[in-house]
Amino acid sequence: MVSSANHKLLRVENLVLHFRTTVGTVQAVDGIDFELDSNRAVVILGESGCGKTSLAKAILRLLPRNVEKYTGKVYLNGVDIMALNDEEFRQNIRWVGISLVPQAAMNSLNPVIRVGDQVAEPAIVHLGIKKAEAWNLAKQMFQHVGVPEDFLYRYPFELSGGMRQRVAIAMALVTSPSLIVLDEPTSALDLLTQANIFNVLKRIKKELGTSFILITHDIATSSELADEVAIMYAGQIVEVGHAKDFFPKPLHPYAEMLMASVPRLRQDQDPEFIVGQPPSLINLPTSCRFAPRCPKRFSKCDQDPPMIEKDGRKVKCWLYA
Amino acid sequence: MAETQVVASKSSSEDTRKVLLSIQNVRVWFELRRFGFGIAGYVRAVDGVAFDLHEGEAIAVVGESGCGKSSLMRTILGLHRPREGQVVFEDKVISEMGREGLKWYRMHVGYIQQDPYGALPPFMSVQRILEEPLITAGVHNKKEREERVRKVLTEVKMTPVEDFLHKFPHMLSGGQQQRTVIARAMIRNPRLIVADEPVSMLDASVRVEILKLLRSLQASHNLSFIYITHDLSTVKYFSERIFVMYAGQLVEKGPIGKILKNPLHPYTHALIAATSDPDARNAETYKEVPPGEPPSLVKPPAGCRFHPRCSRIIKGTCDVEEPPEFQPEPGHQVKCWLYK
Repeated sequence: MVSSANHKLLRVENLVLHFRTTVGTVQAVDGIDFELDSNRAVVILGESGCGKTSLAKAILRLLPRNVEKYTGKVYLNGVDIMALNDEEFRQNIRWVGISLVPQAAMNSLNPVIRVGDQVAEPAIVHLGIKKAEAWNLAKQMFQHVGVPEDFLYRYPFELSGGMRQRVAIAMALVTSPSLIVLDEPTSALDLLTQANIFNVLKRIKKELGTSFILITHDIATSSELADEVAIMYAGQIVEVGHAKDFFPKPLHPYAEMLMASVPRLRQDQDPEFIVGQPPSLINLPTSCRFAPRCPKRFSKCDQDPPMIEKDGRKVKCWLYA
Repeated sequence: MAETQVVASKSSSEDTRKVLLSIQNVRVWFELRRFGFGIAGYVRAVDGVAFDLHEGEAIAVVGESGCGKSSLMRTILGLHRPREGQVVFEDKVISEMGREGLKWYRMHVGYIQQDPYGALPPFMSVQRILEEPLITAGVHNKKEREERVRKVLTEVKMTPVEDFLHKFPHMLSGGQQQRTVIARAMIRNPRLIVADEPVSMLDASVRVEILKLLRSLQASHNLSFIYITHDLSTVKYFSERIFVMYAGQLVEKGPIGKILKNPLHPYTHALIAATSDPDARNAETYKEVPPGEPPSLVKPPAGCRFHPRCSRIIKGTCDVEEPPEFQPEPGHQVKCWLYK
């Protein structure tokens, strides 16, 4: 087990993150397993409220105060980072090993500090280098993301939304982490800007060999970066597989319906919607979590299905047992 | 600009339906003030837009943020006064209407907002939210109001109605909130609905449900529909014609099939190329995106407004003279020198 973990860049085993609220325990991340090789990108797809942002936070240990349960194993380059204490985690993992581009990152820049200083800061703090060196690094990163160098001296309000998003990506890159977590990187951007940002991410992946975890609900654009796809439903991953297998033929009924709900520009089939709503993450059923909405359910679905391997793909559904 | 108007009316003559709303060469400019005095310039949010909308027709206005599509929408709703040109609804000019006139006009126009949660007052129940437009419309009979609320909720498929009447917006899911917004737009039996990105805030699986609901309402009530969006992939399930807007102007107008299959304007090309369909092969190629960003609307570029980003620019023409509207095929207009 340990030796195989050594080959993977990231390996998440049975990760659990539950929150305590006045109405009960929210099981936002409930036993997640997945792996990621280096220089690969995995897309985590799911509807809002399925726990995908909580998963990002659980991996980076960015936790709110009301955590009830936070267990599991996360191996980065073979090292169990869950075993590190908070200070070790801050020094060795955040930014240096894994960095995060948060949701609406373009609005997370400090309005009164020049963007150059903001991009250089993680390098100064985490790599312990001088300011001038860090600025040089920032300059290089600006080239990678396609922002003109003189923009380093500007303030965030002088940049358009797409430019600010690139700056946020440059900031995540400046410490040269092996993994970047992108939480909805383009959901607030225009169509052409969105296409541009994905071009930038593809180029970074090719030139710098970075890996990505892309968290999004936008299925169509997620295919721009995906090597692997993980579908999340009600706090769990219900299907994982290579993008090449997944996009033409998803296995899990939820994934199938989700794909059928995507309006397509170049095909004429009519999109279908999924009846019903995802369950509340507070009182989850013991059956398969998708069973109440599933058109293919049968008697076995009263029990929670295990992850089933089929032709190198994994799917959490009794249909494939 | 005179020829723009002629072309617009010519193309509409092919449609036998009655013209409900006519946008005639509308310009909406906002003043930029210098220290509160004097005018430093104008933001030309809408700069010479003309089209006709027929009874029972659904059209889509597609463009990126900042292209002026919201200003155009607000002008149609009578919230902005055009600096030039007219918005004519059933032979009546909206900008010349007084208080009573606007009240009459707004009886016939429904508005669906982008963000359903932001559009619903948090302290009102669904019933109250839906009754409000009826009260302002002068329906004083409580029983009649309640009947109409029930009817409209059934129409937007929020059934059983009793489950929803007394709920507050925060108790509804995103899809139900948007249904409430749609019900509110429908309750006065309007003839025209203006929808500003009605599904952009919703999840993928709900999005289609709402689009289908809007389409069935449009067909069953023979509504005229203006659908404003940046998402080309949802447009074709919905509208008959597309207008592509760039920097305050409509650069291409035409029937949906023609524009999606055979886009003429380089900007429309770019928009279609940038729209992804879920396909694993996407990850292997780069997308072609025109360089730069949309121009400032304060000082738009001379000539064609797209020329600084255009790969098919004709030097000496595109950067000098603004292209008029050409009509390379019937019913399909494009503002581009390539089709002279």
